[in-house]
Amino acid sequence: MAATDAQSSLRHAFGNVLVFFILILIGVLAFSIRLFSVIKYESVIHEFDPYFNYRVTQFLSKNGIYDFWNWFDDRTWYPLGRVIGGTVYPGLTLTAGTLWWVLNSLNIPLSVETVCVFTAPIFSAFASWATYLLTKEVKGSGAGLTAALFLAMVPSYISRSVAGSYDNEAVAIFALIFTFYLYIKTLNTGSLFYATLNSIAYFYMVCSWGGYTFIINLIPMHALLCVVTGRYSSRLYIAYAPFVILGTLLASLVPVVGFNAVMTSEHFASFLVFILIHVVALVYYIKGILSPKMFKVAVTLVVSGGLAVCFAMIAVLIAMVASSPTMGWSGRSLSLLDPTYASKYIPIIASVSEHQPPTWPSYFMDINVLAFLVPAGIIACFSPLSDASSFVILYIVTSVYFSGVMVRLMLVLAPAACILSGIALSQAFDVFTRSIKFQLPSLSVDSHVDAGGASSESVGPDDTVKTDKTEDAHKERTSKKSRKKEKEPVEKPPSKSQIKKRLSVLPLETSIIAIILLVLLGAFYVVHSVWAAAEAYSAPSIVLTSHSHDGLHVFDDFREAYAWLSHNTEVDDKVASWWDYGYQTTAMANRTVIVDNNTWNNTHIATVGTAMSSPEKAAWEIFHSLDVKYVLVVFGGLVGYPSDDINKFLWMVRIGGGVFPHIKEPDYLRDGQYRIDSMATPTMLNSLMYKLSYYRFVETDGKAFDRVRRTEIGKKHFKLTHFEEVFTTHHWMVRLYKLKPPKNRIRGKIKKTKSKSTPKTVSKRKGLKRNPF
Amino acid sequence: MVMEALLKIAVLFFFLHLSIPVNSSPSQHLQIINAERRIDLNSHIIKVYLTLKVENSGTSPTSEVHLAFSPAEAGHLAVVKAAATTGKKKKKTYVPLDVKSAEIPDGPNGTKFFAITLLTPLGKGESITLEVLYLLTHSLEPFPEEISQSEPQLVYFHDSAILLSPYHVKEQTTFIKTPSARVESFTVLEPTKQAGSELRYGPYDSQTPYSYSPVIVHFENNNPFAVVEELEREIEISHWGSIQITERYKLVHAGARHKGVFSRVEYQTRSGASGVSSFKSLLAKLPPRVHSVYYRDEIGNISSSHLRTDFLKSELEFEPRYPLFGGWKSTFLIGYGLPLQDFLFESPDGRRYLNFTYGCPLAETVVDKLIIKVVLPEGSKNPSAVIPFQVDQHLETKYSYLDIVGRTVVILEKRNVVPEHNIPFQVYYNFNPIFMLAEPLMLVSVFFLLFAASVAYLHMDISIRKRHGTEQINHVWSLAVIVMLVCNTFLS
Repeated sequence: MAATDAQSSLRHAFGNVLVFFILILIGVLAFSIRLFSVIKYESVIHEFDPYFNYRVTQFLSKNGIYDFWNWFDDRTWYPLGRVIGGTVYPGLTLTAGTLWWVLNSLNIPLSVETVCVFTAPIFSAFASWATYLLTKEVKGSGAGLTAALFLAMVPSYISRSVAGSYDNEAVAIFALIFTFYLYIKTLNTGSLFYATLNSIAYFYMVCSWGGYTFIINLIPMHALLCVVTGRYSSRLYIAYAPFVILGTLLASLVPVVGFNAVMTSEHFASFLVFILIHVVALVYYIKGILSPKMFKVAVTLVVSGGLAVCFAMIAVLIAMVASSPTMGWSGRSLSLLDPTYASKYIPIIASVSEHQPPTWPSYFMDINVLAFLVPAGIIACFSPLSDASSFVILYIVTSVYFSGVMVRLMLVLAPAACILSGIALSQAFDVFTRSIKFQLPSLSVDSHVDAGGASSESVGPDDTVKTDKTEDAHKERTSKKSRKKEKEPVEKPPSKSQIKKRLSVLPLETSIIAIILLVLLGAFYVVHSVWAAAEAYSAPSIVLTSHSHDGLHVFDDFREAYAWLSHNTEVDDKVASWWDYGYQTTAMANRTVIVDNNTWNNTHIATVGTAMSSPEKAAWEIFHSLDVKYVLVVFGGLVGYPSDDINKFLWMVRIGGGVFPHIKEPDYLRDGQYRIDSMATPTMLNSLMYKLSYYRFVETDGKAFDRVRRTEIGKKHFKLTHFEEVFTTHHWMVRLYKLKPPKNRIRGKIKKTKSKSTPKTVSKRKGLKRNPF
Repeated sequence: MVMEALLKIAVLFFFLHLSIPVNSSPSQHLQIINAERRIDLNSHIIKVYLTLKVENSGTSPTSEVHLAFSPAEAGHLAVVKAAATTGKKKKKTYVPLDVKSAEIPDGPNGTKFFAITLLTPLGKGESITLEVLYLLTHSLEPFPEEISQSEPQLVYFHDSAILLSPYHVKEQTTFIKTPSARVESFTVLEPTKQAGSELRYGPYDSQTPYSYSPVIVHFENNNPFAVVEELEREIEISHWGSIQITERYKLVHAGARHKGVFSRVEYQTRSGASGVSSFKSLLAKLPPRVHSVYYRDEIGNISSSHLRTDFLKSELEFEPRYPLFGGWKSTFLIGYGLPLQDFLFESPDGRRYLNFTYGCPLAETVVDKLIIKVVLPEGSKNPSAVIPFQVDQHLETKYSYLDIVGRTVVILEKRNVVPEHNIPFQVYYNFNPIFMLAEPLMLVSVFFLLFAASVAYLHMDISIRKRHGTEQINHVWSLAVIVMLVCNTFLS
């Protein structure tokens, strides 16, 4: 016995070392698959929001943490400004800032930019390790490794975490998975130590991303599920109660959350469940100290009294919540609960492409074969159902729903899909390899030990589950014991025999073919993920490339324009553009912008939208009142860049019209169709956006053929009276105009006498415009 | 020794702005028989070739000839070189002469003097022909100061028709070469003659010392007025085999400021008539065998550059992000690596020295402020720089990858640098090769300690409860850790 014990423990140790090296390799894979963007393009910050985060990190690394909390940024939302320290989720910037500080104090002079670029890949490696830990808690380390491998290269996550994609999600997904891991760990062990760690991980998640509300709703849901299905245990209590108390306290320390942590509806579920779990705990306690007869009496007493109190409290709560117009929910959360909400009420949320519901192909694109493995994983989780596996099931169900509402939440689905696919694949391999082993006589000698060794980890949690079911009263103790590894060898023989009993031996050929097919499936996934990482998700979107017959062509117009702005305009000049380009303008050009991607003030954005959709004179007045000096428009008509301002124009009209009713969407549509050719409406052709986009465009080819809309434009020859072109980039993708100074008074007087009607309409418009300044 | 001799020649050849002016009065016995000035206004660096035939009409021999510059010129003077010519037309030989700043008490206010030291004193009645070259920067004043995109750039050039000189000048002529025949106006001081792109003032006879007659030439000059306001070149020496150079440019178009509209359509379709004074590409001459060249600015790579390399030189042709019109600025950074053996040598006394080119690699540009930082490897001592002209020197310390004591940085600063300053300079320092191993050894020991600590941790039982059955695991773990430890030691 002792010899076999030593042998098995050595085997076990060897397995651990192997797992360790596999995990290192998975980490390296997760990191390096995200470097395609650096290799194919360059080490640069991507897209829009990362530029803001980068700018904040620069500020942090330059001015220190205290200045960061107090930072009032006057470069954005002119003239309002923005309190960055109080409105930003600081997790990402603090993480990268700390990383940078540590490196620099070791005299490794990496620039802030480099650190920011590589933060996301580093945290992807962490996230895949966290996935390993979480899945290991659910179904053993075999499933854990598979899940970690899946997560390391799931395209959905790659799309948000390639090198340079310096966004909140990059660290938040790690924080999310790690919080879940610690919750499951606490649930499995009942250790207060892990419960505390769980709250801290939750705190990090709250720091990092608004998606923390997912955690604060999912965990209560799971606790509720456990209570309802009669799985209440003191471990659940330890996993849940400290988490809510500590987690909420810590969450309210983050300035951007603050009192929202106790005042908004997103968090109420956790408090309700918190109360409930205490009631249940009390009930169990009383049940323990009273005899069954006494208990029944007590129940009738308490239920009659307690219910009345509960109902009264719930009624008060509902009344309080209902008194606020949005029922205490934020717009984004509401649009999650009611998918049609955003498109009905908040065009700004609806205008963002990542807030649209996804299409079926995008599921295949983003999670690929995992979509087929997930159902198998759910089944695997049901046999046997444990606290941990029920949590995973709940996680996948909710995240599937959320991903169906918003494309960007596909990111939350991805880890769940990876975990379940990992479980599915590893269980399938388990079954197939075991049936092969049983049928190959030569291996049968080893198979005993092998089966034991291979499944020992996967059995571990199952054991606890079984003990939970059987020994209700002593469960706390046994679980504690089972946590200590000393118990494992004692428990092994029964579990081994159980497995043998359960084992449904498949025919050898079937098993072999099935394994081959599964490997092929995995290979397909790898090929797809690498392709997605290399081709689909690595473009930084500020520099575009196209392959033509004469080689690679680079369109670097955005940076050309931003560089021009930063070097050739005054430091305090204000630049107006659609909000998409706000972050980039402040970060790359270092100029003050009117609106940016933060979109917190709808009216302000609507003002810019109105200006863009107004005729030149009215637009000039709006911009002039905002002290704007330059107007930036993005125009893709010359080279065929589809996401330009003309294509976004209808959103400007909608958002502008939402606040300033004189802008009406139908005025810009001909028979419900959006067009810019000769059939376009005069309002459209006279709008500032049209004019700024197509000014002198006809002189390029003589016909003014727009390559995005694939048509000749409607109005080709026109002059600008209140704006002048100051810069246009090489491929015309960014055009900058300067507001002409107001005309001299004397000339204005002459004009007034000439035409009396114009000032009248202007003043009327002024009244309508309801300009906030 | 050989090196020192070479240096001496270089110093002789190239000398100006010496801090201690030579206080002497010019010999009144000298007179200039014939002075011919050729002023080349093609680029914004003005080249003036002055040929003087000097005769000693006095009694005592003299060995110094003085040159005088008006205050306006003196402020913009970048280089003054002089050479004595001997022989006839075909067999002309030039002997470089020493030029240094001088002061003459009785000169007019603000006049700046340079003294040319002759190799052999000029005896009574002897004469010598001197060739002087001096370069002026920032001396073309755009007028009109602001031009629109379609207008050419017109500039003023102020000078004197008569050579400013402390000596009596018997006969003199000035030729001014403009880039094209398009000269708007010029001051006429008979005899004056314009032929094509050349303007001739003179010959004038018998001018008294310090005669001055201002003239203005207003002409078209569309050549790129590329001025680097500040250039910081960081030369980082690594004894592991590479020199890494990082050059940070602040470029400006110093010509007539651009006014109003910039129309891309005009710029693209009518390239001949639109934005003629603007420039969009620049040429940098880099040393041969250059590798890993990058060209970027603070917001990322700039993709418009071409590198041509051959055995003698490398040429980097690059475009800033946007074409530069008058007054427009741009900043960028060029970095490249060079093989160490091409630039780092060991002198006979055991010291090492870097032999590198001073100046700016860009062709035809003026650098207002050039800062050269030579980052010596960690542990090098007693740095000293040998430069053939006057620069401001000081030392700094820089901390780079895993440095502990820091690297000594020799900083050489100079204002008003022109391509003529692209001559070699040397930085000598003492270096013990053992310092090369400092950082690898440090890394090795850190990892060693890390692994040793984890081995120790795994073998110690610091928990309060008793543990069973984990020893085996620990053994395997520590085995793995030891293997890694050994690997690490060998690998590094």
